Amino acid sequence: MWNYTEKVIDHFLHPRNVGEIENADGTGEVGSLACGDMLRLTFKIDENGRIKDAKFKTFGCASAIASSSALTEIIRGMTLEEAEKVTNKDIAQYLGGLPEEKMHCSVMGREALEAAIKNYRGQSTPKRELEGKVICKCFGVTEKDIRQVAIENDLTTVEQITDYTKAGGGCGECQEEIQQILDEIAAKRAKGIESAEQPWPPLSAAEGMGNGTPTPLVANTTHMTNLEIVHKVEEIINTRIRPALKQDGGDLELVDIDHETVYISLKGACATCPSSTATMRQFIEKELRKEISSSIRLEEVRR
Amino acid sequence: MKTIYVDNNATTQVAPEVIDAMLPFLRDMWGNPSSMHTFGGQVAKNIDKAREQVAALIGAERTSEIVFTSCGTESDNTAIRSQLLATPQKRHIITTKVEHPAVLNLCKEVAKEGYEVTFLPVDGEGRLDLEEFKRSIRDDTAIVSIMWANNETGVIFPIEEIATLCEQRNIPLHVDAVQAVGKIPINLSKTPITYLAISGHKLHAPKGVGALYVRRGTKFHPWLVGGHQEHGRRGGTENVASIVGLGVACELALANLDSEKNPIAMLRDRLEKGILESIPRAFVNGDKIMRLPNTTSISFESIEGEAILLLMNEYGICASSGSACTSGSLLPSHVLVAMGIPFTRAHGSIRFSLSRYNTGEDIDFILEKMPGIVSQLRKLSPVP
Repeated sequence: MWNYTEKVIDHFLHPRNVGEIENADGTGEVGSLACGDMLRLTFKIDENGRIKDAKFKTFGCASAIASSSALTEIIRGMTLEEAEKVTNKDIAQYLGGLPEEKMHCSVMGREALEAAIKNYRGQSTPKRELEGKVICKCFGVTEKDIRQVAIENDLTTVEQITDYTKAGGGCGECQEEIQQILDEIAAKRAKGIESAEQPWPPLSAAEGMGNGTPTPLVANTTHMTNLEIVHKVEEIINTRIRPALKQDGGDLELVDIDHETVYISLKGACATCPSSTATMRQFIEKELRKEISSSIRLEEVRR
Repeated sequence: MKTIYVDNNATTQVAPEVIDAMLPFLRDMWGNPSSMHTFGGQVAKNIDKAREQVAALIGAERTSEIVFTSCGTESDNTAIRSQLLATPQKRHIITTKVEHPAVLNLCKEVAKEGYEVTFLPVDGEGRLDLEEFKRSIRDDTAIVSIMWANNETGVIFPIEEIATLCEQRNIPLHVDAVQAVGKIPINLSKTPITYLAISGHKLHAPKGVGALYVRRGTKFHPWLVGGHQEHGRRGGTENVASIVGLGVACELALANLDSEKNPIAMLRDRLEKGILESIPRAFVNGDKIMRLPNTTSISFESIEGEAILLLMNEYGICASSGSACTSGSLLPSHVLVAMGIPFTRAHGSIRFSLSRYNTGEDIDFILEKMPGIVSQLRKLSPVP
């Protein structure tokens, strides 16, 4: 059973503003019966450009109905400029929160609002149109949708993207592509807080950051001498990397450091493990990059 | 508020007789049945009695064919894993698309280990095509695992015929009978089944106990390796009280199966008929003839299952849904999808599953409330 807040239950049992406004100024429709939820939002604008009435009709679960009801309450009285700034977070917060797996209901609300505003401005039909590349074919979710939700809600994992947009929750084939988008966003985020003098190129989407947690890259090697770098690398290997590798019966040895290339030799179980290269890149390199410089490269030396 | 419980395919009320039979084994006779002393040893006799009661309900010829387990899922896993170990050279498994996750996900798991699995489809009424089943049998088929009755729709598969076909081809057959045992007559002395899984809490015994029937002469590999309990077929000190409870539950079920006109089926039929008559665009999912007497799955078009359940919950009515929102996934139930039920209906399916504890008043109350619930949600729906 879902852990709904009292406010969600209240808006589900006593939904506000149910119906459809005749001759509505703006109409927005998202979702479909196939997807399991669908929302039609209609609103009317007064002479001052404010939303004077908003109504909804929703096919969906309790949280979809409650989110729709909350949306209409939130936007009533708003100017379109204000309404445009409403995010799915505002809807979820209005309801005292939604279970993670149900966050897509709040996103559906925001999307319907967007579609209705566009429709009012004569930019689209009531039915929300997919813009750009469709990533999830099962639920019709585009790259733009995923980016917007990820950035607005600080999402970092594919699972979260599924909770918020449904993308990846059907056949699952697009999960890798979603991960790539997330990697890119994470890399951009990281770049965003780097200093202007930052000489190091940002991580490409293909490498590092694979676990989805955006880690600020603090590249401070410019002021480090080679010896300092050696000490730092040794410290990282000893305290963080070696214990983890030893759990899997492996070990590693620092062979040399040449500017930003760290040469290591894998030992024990790691040496014969076919995925040792992957282990190196994903785990060790990430740790080193996090601590020393985003352009640290790792080379394996076979002895 | 009174609870109207029509979710008996999920779990059942423990029968009062079962609780009474169990209590002495929690309070006084708490010895270990493996012990040498009388205090412990006397308990073993009660486990033997429970074995007889389980064997009687399913028509097993020997009590030694019954192994007590912790649940239906353990029984399913034990049977399939045991058989795969017995014939490691055979790499093919046949099952259906509508199995319970205990079998379905296990088969997907062994597929990753290199087994080839045939997932048989069902038709729009949830029925298997026996010709297709025959065609899928191969020389390297290690095991066939097919449920006796479906938990969501109640549709009964022709296990007798499947068993005969398997016997002719000398292929072991595992039957997940968790939903069937105690609801329809089962006679394993006449039906050549190799393994059969039983769950206690689906037939008014407590949760945490199940049984696996293993036909005599079957090469068996225990799933839980440990002591010599259950004749070396399932390690771990016996869950004595629950095993005793399962025995009594089986005896009660057998007594209730004997009644000529099944009172549960009559209540179910009244409920189904009443809903179809009073609510437009309501549809029964699955074969209405070959079906468990206690189950009906009804889809209400253009509204969503979770919303229906939560409004029913406001009146104390407990049921289940095959909608995406209730499954925790984003897709409707795999059973309804396999049947090709349109999405407009699959998302709005409600399963009512009755037991002998339901009354005519329960049915009247549900029939009184359902039309209002459905029309309330339809008023909210953007799809007319």
